[in-house]
Order: sequence, then C-alpha cells, then structure tokens
Amino acid sequence: MGEVLEIDRIRCDGHGLCAELLPELISLDDWGYPIIKPGKVPPSVVEHARRAVDACPVLALRLARTAAAVAR
Amino acid sequence: MSDTILWYATRGAGVVSLILLTGVVVLGIVSAMRWQTAAWPRFLTTGLHRNLALATLVFLAIHIVTAVVDPFTALGWQAAIIPFSSSYRRLWLGLGVVAIYLLLAIVVTSLLRPYFGQSAWRAVHWLTYVMWPVAVIHGIGTGTDPRFAWMLAIEAGCIGSVVAAVAWRATAAPHAAWRRLPAASPQAQKWS
Amino acid sequence: MELIARAAGAESLAAHLQRLGPMPALPSGALIAELEASGLLGRGGAGFPVGRKWRAVAERAAGGAVVLANGAEGEPLSLKDRSLMAARPHLVIDGALLAARAVGANDIIFYVGGEHATAQAALRQALAERPGDVRRRTRIVTAPAGYVSGEESAAVHYVNAGDARPTTTPPRPFERGVGGRPTLVQNVESLALAALIARRGHAWYQGLGHGRARGIGLLTVSGAVNRAGVHEIELGATLSDAAAAAGGLRGDVRAVLLGGYFGGWADLHEQWGLPLDAPSMRARGLALGCGVVHFLASGTCGVEATAQLMTYLASQSARQCGPCVFGLSAIAGAAQRLAAQSAQPGDLDRIVRWSRQVTGRGACHHPDGAAALMQSALQVFADDFVGHQHRRCLTISQPARVAVA
Repeated sequence: MGEVLEIDRIRCDGHGLCAELLPELISLDDWGYPIIKPGKVPPSVVEHARRAVDACPVLALRLARTAAAVAR
Repeated sequence: MSDTILWYATRGAGVVSLILLTGVVVLGIVSAMRWQTAAWPRFLTTGLHRNLALATLVFLAIHIVTAVVDPFTALGWQAAIIPFSSSYRRLWLGLGVVAIYLLLAIVVTSLLRPYFGQSAWRAVHWLTYVMWPVAVIHGIGTGTDPRFAWMLAIEAGCIGSVVAAVAWRATAAPHAAWRRLPAASPQAQKWS
Repeated sequence: MELIARAAGAESLAAHLQRLGPMPALPSGALIAELEASGLLGRGGAGFPVGRKWRAVAERAAGGAVVLANGAEGEPLSLKDRSLMAARPHLVIDGALLAARAVGANDIIFYVGGEHATAQAALRQALAERPGDVRRRTRIVTAPAGYVSGEESAAVHYVNAGDARPTTTPPRPFERGVGGRPTLVQNVESLALAALIARRGHAWYQGLGHGRARGIGLLTVSGAVNRAGVHEIELGATLSDAAAAAGGLRGDVRAVLLGGYFGGWADLHEQWGLPLDAPSMRARGLALGCGVVHFLASGTCGVEATAQLMTYLASQSARQCGPCVFGLSAIAGAAQRLAAQSAQPGDLDRIVRWSRQVTGRGACHHPDGAAALMQSALQVFADDFVGHQHRRCLTISQPARVAVA
C-alpha cells in the first residue's frame, strides 16, 4: 500500500520547512511554494516525511495511507 | 542549611525559567517572521523554540517543587495549584500559577496540534502574549531580595529582547498580504 | 431549434408544454440509464458524462441530495447559458426537476450570475408559473461576478458560506456539497438537454450529430464574424460551419480562440475542417469547453490579445494558492512586456518555465487553464512572439474593440 504526501494548496503559505526537511521529495518553486514529487513515499524517507508533516506551521501537509490519493 | 539550598534552588530555577521562556518567545517571533539564512534554516528556529519550551517546563517543575516543599515558605501544594490562594504575596504568586496554566495549555495544544486543529492551536498560542508578561510580573513581584544589579540586568535584558522582537513583528508587512483580493474586480478587457 | 429561439422573450409555461408535451414521469433509474445511453456530455466546460455524474450523486444521496443548476457563466466570451435561461427557462427548470428526481434531491438551487439580469428575471417569472410544490423546493441564488465563481466547489462554497472561492477537494460536491449533502452541480445547458432526452429518448439524441459526434449543443461565436451570437449546432459540425452559421467571416482571419479563456488558440487554416465536439477536439489537443468560438482578425496582434487575456486571468485568481497568485501574475507581466515590445532577455523561456510550474499546483484548475492558454498562444503565434522579443510586431495592431457581451 504505502503512503502518499498530500498538500492542501489553500492552507499552504510557502513557509518552506517541508523542503528543508524532505529535500528528496520536495523542492520549492520560484516563489517559495512546494513542488512535491508524485507517487509513494519511499520507505527510506518516511520518517523524514512525518517530520516534515509535523513541522508545517499551517498543517498543510499530510501523509495519506491510501494509494489512490495523488499528490498535486 | 537545606532550607537555604531549597530557597536558592527556587529562585535560581525561576530566573533560568524566565530566561528560557524569553528565548522561546523571541524564537517564536523569529519563526513567524520567517527569518532564515543559508546557515540557519527555519527548522532550526522552530526546533529550538520547541526544545527550549520543553526545557523551560523542567526548570519550572524544579522552581515549583522546591518552593512548595521548602518548610521556610510554608506554601503547600494548594498555593501552587489554586491561583491567589497563598497567604504569602497572594497576588504576585497567584500570577505565577496563572502563567503556568497558560503555558501548559500552550504546550499541550502544540504537542497535540493535529488533534486540536490549526485554529484552536493558533488561538491558544496567541495567549503567549498574556502568559509571558504575567510570568515576568510574577518574577518581579515575588522577588524578596533588594534588587541586585545582575537581577535587574537580567530582567531588563528579557523585557528588552521581547519588546524589540514584538516591535520588529508589529512593523513588518503582513506575510499573507498576497491573499487579499484587490478592491475592484476588473472587467474583461475588450481586446479584439 | 431546441435550445434557443429566434423570437425574443422567455417562453411561457403554456407554450413550453404545448411545444414539448408534459414532463415524463420516468423513474430515477430509468432516467439515468437514458442519459448514459445518450452519451450526453456536460456543457460547463469539463465535458464529463452527465449520466455518470447523476449516478454518482444518486448512489450517495439517500434522499437528501441537492441539485445546483449552474448558470453563473463567468466566462467573458460565453453567452449561451444566459441566452438559454432567458429564452427557454422552463426547459432548464424541467431539467433541474428531473435531476432532482433522479438523484433524490428535495432542494434545487439555480445559481445565476448577477450580471445576467434578463436570465434571472425569466427564471424568476418561470418559477412563479409553476405549482406550489415546485416553488417550495427551488430557489435562485445570485452568483457573484468573477471568473471562478462558476467553478463547482466555488458555487457550493458560496451557497454554504457566502464565499464564491473554490475549496480544496476532495471531497468533491458529489460527495459532500451544499449543507454537507451530495450535490449535483450541472450546467444549465446540460440540464436542458437532459430534459429533451427524457422526453424523446436517447435514440433521438444519438440520431443527431455529424460524423462520429452525437447530439446537439450551443456555441457562442464572436469576433471577426458578421453575425456574432449564440448558435445551436449539431455536434461534429466543423469550424467552417460555425463561421457560416454566424454569417461568415469578416475579413481575413488567422487564429481562433476555442473554449474561451479556459481554452486555447488554434490556427484557423489548420483547423478549418475541425469537427466541433469534445472528443474530436481533445484528440487534437484542443477543447470545446463551454462552446466559445472567437475568431481573431488578422489585423489584431495575437501577442497583444494574449497579454490582455493573461492579465485578466491573473486578476481573476481567487488568491488562495501561492503558485496561482504569483505564477499567473509573473506570466502576465512577462506577456505584457512582450506585447509592449519591451521584453527582458529570457522572458519567453521564463513564461514556459512558469507555465509548467503552475500547472496542477492550485486548489482548482484556474492556473492550469491559464497556463494552457499561454502555451497555445506560444504555439499558434510563435513567430509573433519571437518578433516581439526582438521589438518588432508582425501584425499592424488594429484594436477593433467589438463588444462581445
């Protein structure tokens, strides 16, 4: 099954902590907003992904267990 | 002999708590201001903010326990749990109890933020601007010694840094300004 | 003509019933089956199969669903929805009532753009002609002006909270919408067509259309034509047929905007024989969208036109998502610099990069549509853009300022 990173684009305020803590999957665009690599989170970085979700100042990120969810 | 040690422990832990708490508040503002450099990423600010807050709780625990068990102060646990119930310096001590409850609310909602939700967390977190002044006033009001220069210096330093940080935040442009809709919605241009 | 009329004024209930007969008493399952068999596609812009949408809501409804007839028509170049509501309001109401029966809804909302005064008045008058039980279940909600207020989650958000801005999905309205209940958000033209299919059967609808396309639909033809306005066609009619229906082209035309601001540019000579139906157009990388066909006169500069389009689209962002607000503003800024022949070096490359960056990174599809429009302009007006980058306009710009709405 695996886990997928989902983002609430309206909540996201471009703080950028997620990109600091999970550079493997998240980079920032020209204006500081996250670009998330689509697909399942590799098991090797799942713990870092959890930290990134926890660190978001506005709780815009979440880890979803369903494989049907797609990160935008 | 042991009485004196307890008394010094109470005051010492209290001063350390004040310094740590001041650091927590300033770091919280630094985080909200999104300050960062190449060498100091944002997660460092938020991580320190969190860890110093938890360290503060440890020193506050020492501060409270030593104060209560000290036979010299005859405070008892009630004074530490029910605000304004002590016979000794009722008002100033009571403020300390209030500050502790506010701090606990802030810490608990932060540790369990996903369960409380973002709006509840934010609302409680803003209580920091009540909690910190109340803690400072408690410290000043319960001080029994003549004012030592170093104690005054510490207090001035703490108050000064928070005032400076608040002024920095208050005069900055709001970060969410881009969300505001412009005054009038323009009509589609006639272009062909 | 089924959906629009030559005569002015709204069709009364008596005339509507005389022309079409009584509304059929099809049970919910049979009605949905008819729509699925007809292959009717939604007319709001997305082109989603109507029967499948009704089924999805019906499956979740348990009797408490809501129908939202979407007549917001925020697309500046589109006139079909307001014309339809103004001319045949009872057909739209029939469609909404049938939808309500099909999905199990007792609450019907007509979400009509505030600027469409004639359409609103016609609907109001038409509802007043209906019996009490229909009046009790229906209401008209005035949609605020603005491009995104017709987006389905924005419509639901407005009804729920007075805020016509899109919301994060999931959940989509068909799962949780007005009042938290499964909501069918359907374009008014789709509802009108459903009302016709309910009376005449799916075979009637399938019997219409050219080539491989099935059915009929409304187009708003505008720009360099002699008789701009709303025209009803059999789907699969070509772009040249649409021009002919609009009285023929006025002068030399080289490009056409298909699907509106949410669509894209196409080269007229390449697409003169293009069948106008959603699947055929999608196969060619184009979109029928809400049926806008706007012909750009050769004397009008495509770069300037696109810059104005992008500026408008950037201004219409709901301002909820960073990539949309900053990305569209940046693209529009660069497009304006190019139009004014004062582009910075690298502006064209920046536009391409930014268009890729904003796509799929907003809560709704507004940035995607704007980026797609920009990409199509870069393709169709490639030479013009390069010319402008080198401070030369290949077209002598003649702003004809023909009012469309």
